Amino acid sequence: MTSIKMRPGAPGAQILGLGAYRPRRRVTNDELAQTMDTNDEWIQTRVGIAERRWASEDETLVEMACAAGGKALAASGLGPDEVDLVILASASLRAPIPGIGPQVAHRLGIPRPGAFDLNAGCAGFCYALGMASDAIRSGDARNALVVGVERLTDVTDMTDRSTAVIFADGAGAAVLGAAQEPGVGPVAWGSDGDQYTAIEIAAGRSTMTMAGQAVYRWATTKLTETLTEAMDKAGVTAADIDVFAPHQANLRIIESMVKKLGFGEDTVVARDIVQSGNTSAASVPLALTALLESGEAKSGDLALVLGYGAGLTFAGQVLRLP
Amino acid sequence: MPSTADIQAGLGEILEEVAGVTPADATPEKSFTDDLDVDSLSMVEIATAVEDKFGVAIPDDELANIKTVGDAISFIEKNQ
Repeated sequence: MTSIKMRPGAPGAQILGLGAYRPRRRVTNDELAQTMDTNDEWIQTRVGIAERRWASEDETLVEMACAAGGKALAASGLGPDEVDLVILASASLRAPIPGIGPQVAHRLGIPRPGAFDLNAGCAGFCYALGMASDAIRSGDARNALVVGVERLTDVTDMTDRSTAVIFADGAGAAVLGAAQEPGVGPVAWGSDGDQYTAIEIAAGRSTMTMAGQAVYRWATTKLTETLTEAMDKAGVTAADIDVFAPHQANLRIIESMVKKLGFGEDTVVARDIVQSGNTSAASVPLALTALLESGEAKSGDLALVLGYGAGLTFAGQVLRLP
Repeated sequence: MPSTADIQAGLGEILEEVAGVTPADATPEKSFTDDLDVDSLSMVEIATAVEDKFGVAIPDDELANIKTVGDAISFIEKNQ
């Protein structure tokens, strides 16, 4: 029998560089209150958002993904020809054929990589991170680019004040490479497909609906065990976590998770939702880059990340920040 | 089996903890949203706290029907 030869892998993968793109247009709660029945106090107390970024016409998914991906590449110190896998996470493509991963790779000058789109809702970036890390560990990829990009405003019903105040646009990216000392922990992922209607664009519709109470209950009761699983798998405890950067869905969900997990006093908690709203698959890398840029987080910090959303899907892991 | 008064007292404690409501204000005729200023997400937190304290399950569709403190008390009594 002829045996199938496998390529040598690596002990682990690490994030070499992060990048983000925030749309130019800043939209405050007061601006929203001019066109819908809402106000700053209502929005701040329920979801914790003060302002968000909305993409203009020219800030397409591809343009934003290229901007964030290009910055992550530059930060990694790698040339485009050293990347051989591109995973693009998004839930807001208006035309699903073709996926935009190959086009983004081409625009960045990455020659003929494995490239595809991944739709795991707001968990997409963390799913993609896990898959890219595994591809590097197995030897199927040397280096990988992971992008989370959304134009949620394209799929938001601007007359539905329960979602229109929440969803926003943006992109975040990470470049991963092989490492002797792992910088991306094992992924803790899963799904609760019985709640597939909780966040959806229903058949025949073009905008998203969300069962807010059901999602809030799920996020505040079921996901603590996922976060604990991600830390257990990586062999760390809450006391070891320097930075907690969960999906920026709702400030109250973030505070509830922080209360339950028992981090140390010095743990930095990402609250990028206050300035960025909920950007789905882009929220985790946007939050991480914001903390690194402000100096609240630093290179070498141990971060716990978690994505969760439509599906319902969830994925979390422990990371070493680049 | 706790008495109606016990349930009302237990519910009052939860309302104080979750939403800062003065327990004495949590009388059966009070509407959570209109009288006690409890928002929809705090209702979810109250529901999960009630589930833990009284050993009942409150599915999301049932939660939508619980409008007053009295509704919550009778739900707990019926399902305990």
